Order: sequence, then C-alpha cells, then structure tokens
Amino acid sequence: MRPAPIRRGFGQALVEAWSGGAGSVLPFGFFSGTAMLVPFVLGSAPDRLASIGPGMLWLALALASLVTLERMFQADLQDGALDLWVQEPAAISLVALTKVMAHWIVSGLPLVLLTPLYGLMFQIPIDTTVPAMMAFGLGGLTFFLWGGVAAALAASVARGGLLIALLALPFYLPTMIFGGMTVQAGLEDPSFLFLLASTLFALGVAPPAMGAALRLAAD
Amino acid sequence: MSGMWSFLANPHRFLVFARYAVPISYGVGLCLFAWSLYQALWRVPPDALQGGDIIRGMFIHVPSAWLCMGLYLGLAIASFVWFIWRHELADVAARAIAPIGATYTALCLVTGAIWGKPTWGTWWLWDDPRIMSVLVLFFLFLGYMALRSALETRQRAARAGAILAMVGAVNVPLIKFSVDIWSSLHQGPSVLRAEGPAMADVYLHPLLIGFGGQALLVSAMVLTLMRAEIFTQQGDRLMARRLGES
Repeated sequence: MRPAPIRRGFGQALVEAWSGGAGSVLPFGFFSGTAMLVPFVLGSAPDRLASIGPGMLWLALALASLVTLERMFQADLQDGALDLWVQEPAAISLVALTKVMAHWIVSGLPLVLLTPLYGLMFQIPIDTTVPAMMAFGLGGLTFFLWGGVAAALAASVARGGLLIALLALPFYLPTMIFGGMTVQAGLEDPSFLFLLASTLFALGVAPPAMGAALRLAAD
Repeated sequence: MSGMWSFLANPHRFLVFARYAVPISYGVGLCLFAWSLYQALWRVPPDALQGGDIIRGMFIHVPSAWLCMGLYLGLAIASFVWFIWRHELADVAARAIAPIGATYTALCLVTGAIWGKPTWGTWWLWDDPRIMSVLVLFFLFLGYMALRSALETRQRAARAGAILAMVGAVNVPLIKFSVDIWSSLHQGPSVLRAEGPAMADVYLHPLLIGFGGQALLVSAMVLTLMRAEIFTQQGDRLMARRLGES
C-alpha cells in the first residue's frame, strides 16, 4: 500500500476539519458555554467548584466531541473522495483513522490545552490539572474514535447529528468512568491504566469498523 | 446443528417451520409462564431477607434480565451471520429481535426499580453495576433501531445495523467491566455460582421453569415478527410484479 493517500488524506483532513466544521471554534464555544453555565446552576462556592470542576470539564469535553462529528465523513461522501479511497485495498481503515486523528488535533487538543485556564476559573488545584490534561487527551482521542464509528455509520443520513450522538454515547461509557476516576485519583491510580487500555481497545476496534461503514456509505 | 440452520435459511422452509413452531411455543410458553406465576403469587413463601412479598417480583425481573442479555447476544450472532454469509433470514431475525430486546431491557429496569424500593430503599442506584449494564444495553438497542430506520434502503440498513451490533457486542464486556469497578450495594449473583445455586429449591424451580416459559414466549414473538417481515417482503414483490405487468 502506498503511503501517499494517507499523508495526503491527513493534510486534507486538517484543512477540512478547520474549514468545514468551523474547526476548533465551534467545539471551543460549546465547551466554554457548557462550562460557563455550570456555576450558575450548581452554585459558585469555590470549594464546591473545585470538587466538581474536573468531572464537569470531562463531561463538557465528551459533549463537545459530538459537535463536529456529523461533518467528519459527510464532505468526503459528497465530493466523491470516499469513492476513491474505497478503491485502495485495505487503506480505508487507515484513512479513516487519519481523519479521526486530524479531527482530534483540530477539535479536541485545543480544549485539552485550555484545561489549565478553566482549572483556574474553577479553582481546581494545579496538581490536579496536569493529570487531568493527560486523561483528557487520551479520553478525547477515544471519544473521537467511537464518534468516528457512529459518524461513518450515519454518513449518508442527512442531519444525522443526534443519531450520531445516540449511537456513540454508550461506547463512551467505559472511557467516561475510567477518565473520571483518573481525574479524581491521579495518574498513579490503576484507573489510569484502565483508561489507557480503553484507548488502545478503541484504536484496535474502531478503524476496521469505520472502514466497513465507509465502504457501505460509498456504495 | 449447522444442517438445521442451513435447512431453515430458505425462507419457504422457514415459513413452514414457523407455522407450527409459533403456536406451539406460544402454547407451551404460556402454560409454563402461567404455572410459574401461580407458584410465585400463591405458593412461594415470602422471603424475609429480600423484603418479604416483593420476592414474588423476582419471577418477572430475573428472567427479563437474562432474556435481554440473551436477546442482545442473539442480535449480535444474527448480525454476524448476515455480515459473513449474507443469509437474508439472519437480517430478518436481527430486525425482529431489536424491539423485543428493547422492551425486555425496559421491563428489567422497571421491575428492578420496583424491587429496589422496598429492599434497598431507593428506586434507582447509579452505583449498581447491573442497573448500569442493562441501561447501556437499552441504549444499544435504541441506537440500533434508530440507525436502521434512518437509512433508506433495506440493504443499507442491514449492513449498517450489522456493523453497529457487532461493534456493540465487542464493547459489552468492556462496559460490563467498567461498571463493575464501581462499588455496589446490590447483592452478589446467587443463581450461577461455582458451588451451585444458593437459592432454595422452592424459589429456584418456579424461577427456572418460568424462565423457560418466557424464553419460549420471546422466541414465539421473534418468529411472529420474522414471519410478518417475510410476508411484507413477498407482498412488495407481488405488488411490484403486478405493477410491471399492467
């Protein structure tokens, strides 16, 4: 298999994720909006915010990952790129994985890098913020992998955003649980290893599933 | 065994089989179910440990929990068979299993809540791994049905549904494990244990026989839906042929 389509796909996916899905602006806005509402609903006492803050940011990250999923493969289906990828034997899974990575870099990573800022706003102690960033980075990748499977399955459905959310959320659950535990207990806790395991599991299972679903969408 | 399956893979032979199997399963299933209900409501002594009379709800709750897991397994197997060998009947089966599975997961959650109120003092417990597993199973069934109904053609719906059901099936152990990590107030499993069932025979026998009856009822319902689906397809085909002739 030639590496060129993968490299090409990665660059194209970065450009597309940036322009097509409003790039990081939309997830960032959603993430900030969700986070902003929480103190108004649950109260603004500093010790309370510090205790719920990490978990709340984790939830906001999971929800923000859903925002751009609908656009992940739809543009490729519409402009015919998908039909070309399907011609390459066995490459479709790798192309899909590349697209997920590009999406994660554009839409997920900025939110992870912003975590210290939100940590300050929510009075989260700094020694909790750093492990939280590790967990958010890994967990975010897992969210985008499972979300990618749902997006690929619903690629041919017009206005499939809510359908994608319904399909993806049950698969988020193990990562949500382990990530939430890691954020609370720190990186030395075994739950961090479980979080890693769930990420590796998603890396193994999601690309072939996305490949099969994209082949279906291209038919 | 494989001979029987390939024999039934022909829709016509399946229809002949179902014509007899459906009424027999309904009849025998109803008899067994009625017997277990009679035992549960009038014969079985109340259990002090399990909150007294509420133990009678177990004869609905526990079989529905087993059945909804069995139905998801059935959905995954049917999807796998369809995806590999493209037996049309496997897809018809998967499609028929989904709504029944969703109903049974809902039944399991509702009866569990009713049982939970007097024994644990609460309708719902987020910490309990088994409630969470069944809840996720409910969402997997819902997502499966939503995806199928969103896709235009039968063939696409079948393929997408099969991929989703298989990805779901490989995820179920991980989901189960992750919610098991959570601490639990729920009592441990008491029927399937290495040292044999911990339940007294007076409960165990009606439970197992009632489970057999409900399993027969469920398979009769699945077969009924499958028959209806095959008849619908045949009707469409006849209609298309007639329109082509005129």
